[in-house]
Amino acid sequence: MIDKTVASVSAAVADVQDGATVMIGGFGTAGMPSELIDALIAHGARELTIVNNNAGNAEVGLAALLKARRVRKIICSFPRQTDSYVFDALFHAGEIELELVPQGNLAERIRAAGAGIGAFYTPTAYGTPLAEGKETRLIDGRGYVLEYPISADFALIKAEKGDRWGNLIYRKTARNFGPIMASAAKCAIAQVREIVPLGALDPEVIVTPGIFVQRVVAVDVDTRRSQPQAAA
Amino acid sequence: MIRFSREQLAARVARDIPEGAYVNLGIGLPTTVANHLPSDREIFLHSENGLLGMGPAPAPGSEDPDLINAGKQPVTLLTGGAYFHHADSFAMMRGGHLDICVLGAFQVSVEGDLANWHTGAKDAIPAVGGAMDLAIGAKRVFVMMDHQTKSGASKIVERCSYPLTGVRCVNRIYTDLAVIDVTPQGLRVVEIVDGLAFDELQRLTGVPLTSADARATGRKAATLSER
Repeated sequence: MIDKTVASVSAAVADVQDGATVMIGGFGTAGMPSELIDALIAHGARELTIVNNNAGNAEVGLAALLKARRVRKIICSFPRQTDSYVFDALFHAGEIELELVPQGNLAERIRAAGAGIGAFYTPTAYGTPLAEGKETRLIDGRGYVLEYPISADFALIKAEKGDRWGNLIYRKTARNFGPIMASAAKCAIAQVREIVPLGALDPEVIVTPGIFVQRVVAVDVDTRRSQPQAAA
Repeated sequence: MIRFSREQLAARVARDIPEGAYVNLGIGLPTTVANHLPSDREIFLHSENGLLGMGPAPAPGSEDPDLINAGKQPVTLLTGGAYFHHADSFAMMRGGHLDICVLGAFQVSVEGDLANWHTGAKDAIPAVGGAMDLAIGAKRVFVMMDHQTKSGASKIVERCSYPLTGVRCVNRIYTDLAVIDVTPQGLRVVEIVDGLAFDELQRLTGVPLTSADARATGRKAATLSER
């Protein structure tokens, strides 16, 4: 019997090696897999390359990982936020490398990795500083920039419900990068609010089919309510 | 001088958004356009983090941390709205499916180049988000900004001195002084705030403008006619 469920978040991230590239889902805190990130901090892997839209908020989740100095490089579109002071300090001290990527290029590069695309031409950033040094091409009179995929060793994502085959559904705008990151990583780990029996998810509405997911772990905190709630 | 207030400017932009339009309103000033869309028009607001059919802010106490907009503020979803992942969301933007996006700007050039993501300051942390995707992707790009900087310099310029967001991408500029179209023949003034003469607007702008009237009287700047 195939069972991708894992008993704990610490077991789920136990083999993340030093120097790994780790995609972390979420847009700000919506969809951020905070419990998996906390487990990654406790696990202790260092010199990580992180792929996320942002660079952490306050001192929780991704910001806590940065604060613990486990991240060598971050690939993101929007690091600067009102509460991104952990990243800001590391950046100004020269202690973290930043690869700034326009948000649509970030999404498409991740999607491309998951879809087996070798590279693609995009008009985004053509003629701007973010295209400097990159190959460009005129196609039907319009300027395009060549962009390469971003793949990862691990993806840590947050979904609403999952089953033992790894099928996932999400909740509202917490979906954001989850589906494409799952497809772009060798090992996609989904923390879910609830693990449901096989067949409980309507096949017409499954967003991420289990082929893209290697591990599913239930996290017994419902972020929508202040009270912790037991997972099914 | 009388200038459009922020609210008047937002209302003016809203007037140009037709029924049925798919629209992305950028973070900051453009977000306020939503407050002025007439309730009798069905307009689809897109937010790049993954929703279409975005509704207004929720009532206090009803915020949902899983339902936010691109500015990471709590929002609601209209009946009929949809959620989707980031690659789909940016396909809507980059694939030319949005009718209009409204963006803020530091500078716009006479050719419609846009600078709105970075001041170029050495110690500034660069952050771009979806600005470059919106600039090249929407069918029409509207810019909403003050006509001048705080020190009185024109934000409509011959060439942008700030790092570019997109090349020749802006279609229309809404400022606190005027509404100006970017055309292959140069900048064409569509509307001026009440009480301001065209010549005075031209003096404050620093790059050649034309208006319907000015064109009729042959006052169009030679430098622009050569483009």
